[in-house]
Amino acid sequence: MLTLTTLVASITVFVLAIFLGFELISKVPPTLHTPLMSGANAISGITIVGALILSNAEFNNGDPGTASWLAFIALVMATINVVGGFMVTNKMLEMIAGKKRRGGN
Amino acid sequence: MVDSVVWDIGYLVSAALFILGIKRLSSPRTAPQGNMLGAYGMLLAVLVTLVKMYTEEVIGYELIIGGLVVGSTIGYFMATRVGMTEMPELVALFNGFGGGASALVGLSEVLNRLQYSNIPDPGVELYATWVAIGLSGIVGWVTLTGSLMAMGKLRGGFYIPFTKKDERGRRKWVNFPTWGPPWLNYVKGAILLTCFSLIGLTVQDPHNYDYIYSLVLLSCLLGILFVVPIGGADMPVVVSLLNSMSGIAAAFTGFVIGNNVLIIAGSMVGAAGLILTFIMCKAMNRTLTAVLFKSFGGGGRESVTRTKVGSDPEEVAMVCDGISKCVIIPGYGMAVSQAQHAVKEFADQLEAQGVEVLYGIHPVAGRMPGHMNVLLAEASVPYEQLIEMDEINSELPETDVALVIGANDTVNPVARTGEGPLGGMPIIDADKARVVVIIKRSLSVGYAGVDNDLFFEDKTMMLFGDGKKMMNELNAAIKEF
Repeated sequence: MLTLTTLVASITVFVLAIFLGFELISKVPPTLHTPLMSGANAISGITIVGALILSNAEFNNGDPGTASWLAFIALVMATINVVGGFMVTNKMLEMIAGKKRRGGN
Repeated sequence: MVDSVVWDIGYLVSAALFILGIKRLSSPRTAPQGNMLGAYGMLLAVLVTLVKMYTEEVIGYELIIGGLVVGSTIGYFMATRVGMTEMPELVALFNGFGGGASALVGLSEVLNRLQYSNIPDPGVELYATWVAIGLSGIVGWVTLTGSLMAMGKLRGGFYIPFTKKDERGRRKWVNFPTWGPPWLNYVKGAILLTCFSLIGLTVQDPHNYDYIYSLVLLSCLLGILFVVPIGGADMPVVVSLLNSMSGIAAAFTGFVIGNNVLIIAGSMVGAAGLILTFIMCKAMNRTLTAVLFKSFGGGGRESVTRTKVGSDPEEVAMVCDGISKCVIIPGYGMAVSQAQHAVKEFADQLEAQGVEVLYGIHPVAGRMPGHMNVLLAEASVPYEQLIEMDEINSELPETDVALVIGANDTVNPVARTGEGPLGGMPIIDADKARVVVIIKRSLSVGYAGVDNDLFFEDKTMMLFGDGKKMMNELNAAIKEF
């Protein structure tokens, strides 16, 4: 049950996390801009949690209903975002960091 | 029945992992570890959710398992098959999926509540939930359609399937449209206002499906109209902004399902994306509003009336003999032709002759921030040789040869005049070098649609052709010389 108290608590978390985000990445070398964007993008796939909860549905005569099908599509999209996002970021970072290490720096 | 505190602590740990992950992603040494921490945080959040659902009550596994398996498989294949050049497009696509998922979760929640007549009475719960669903919907749908448009623009166009193949086995190519008369901004504003009013209407009459579907359609349209007028050169800024928006959409979804980890992770990504967006705008010396609301580049291409005789690789090899300093300035053309390894070979050959070789990296070269750095790193170019714009500009007056490969707008001297679409954009002063060698397919204009005087200067040598092919011929010519 959502009350005014819990709503204000959530808004507090929301605002503080925004400030935290600004402070976290104020200085980034250009090499890392693309990996950072890609990694942050993978983290925004956290909406997968919501998709999981709503995908919990019963099949009545083979049809779980429109709402659950939509949740299923959301789950597929969020999972692609998460799995693909972290893998692509890793691939880019291996290229940057891996080569640098072998370069003897 | 396990107390709900356990789940909250699990989510808290996961949120902490995200914070550490983003923090470490912003430093080269710790970045791979940061990405892993982010991935662990995500795994933990998914596991906590699954266990929580299991202990409470699972009424159907089919969609849950099916969704995870299908999504992981597609994501895995997309990530493993991708080449370095298509990376920006893939990031745009993943970003769109993230936003679309948030919007769909909101829509599913609404339909679910309508189906089981679970609409709260007017009060805080109704207002907060409905406004959150509405906002996650607007931001999410705009992110989805906007990202798909951005992906198309990054690609430049697409092949029409089932058309006749030409002699090189390719189908008919269509350029992605860029279109935006000044009145379009008012249309976009009106649509956005309508969307907000629709949220107000759904709060007053939650049972009306028409309002919900109108909101979905208008938001999708808004995303398309948002990106259509923006030229391909500005796509990095747009993708970065959309990345920020997909985070905000996830945060609003957190309000909908009452979960703090979504709110924390989403708003953090929102802030991170916005910072990156401003960094990129600053590099182009433009404001975000100018990028988003003034049509720029892509349209109105000027026809080239002047001509310039092309040089051949042997001539360039002769010029490169006995020099002491060479600066290589790469652009998107190097990425498209995959010329980075040939460029590295060229640099190796010169270094073997005792030439100092540096790379001048413009902040917006390529189609994403750091695009050139990633490509050159792939070709094993040492990190210290990649010099940022401000530092390389002080070196260029003492440079013997500036080799521009696949770049145009970022070395266009017209930017210094402060007029036209490029006016005021900081550039790499390639024209200050003694000799400028430009590898480019033609004399045509770049993304900004502006003629480049540098091409026609006497000290400029043009090598017309595909970047990789020309570099290979140049390497061969130097070997023979």
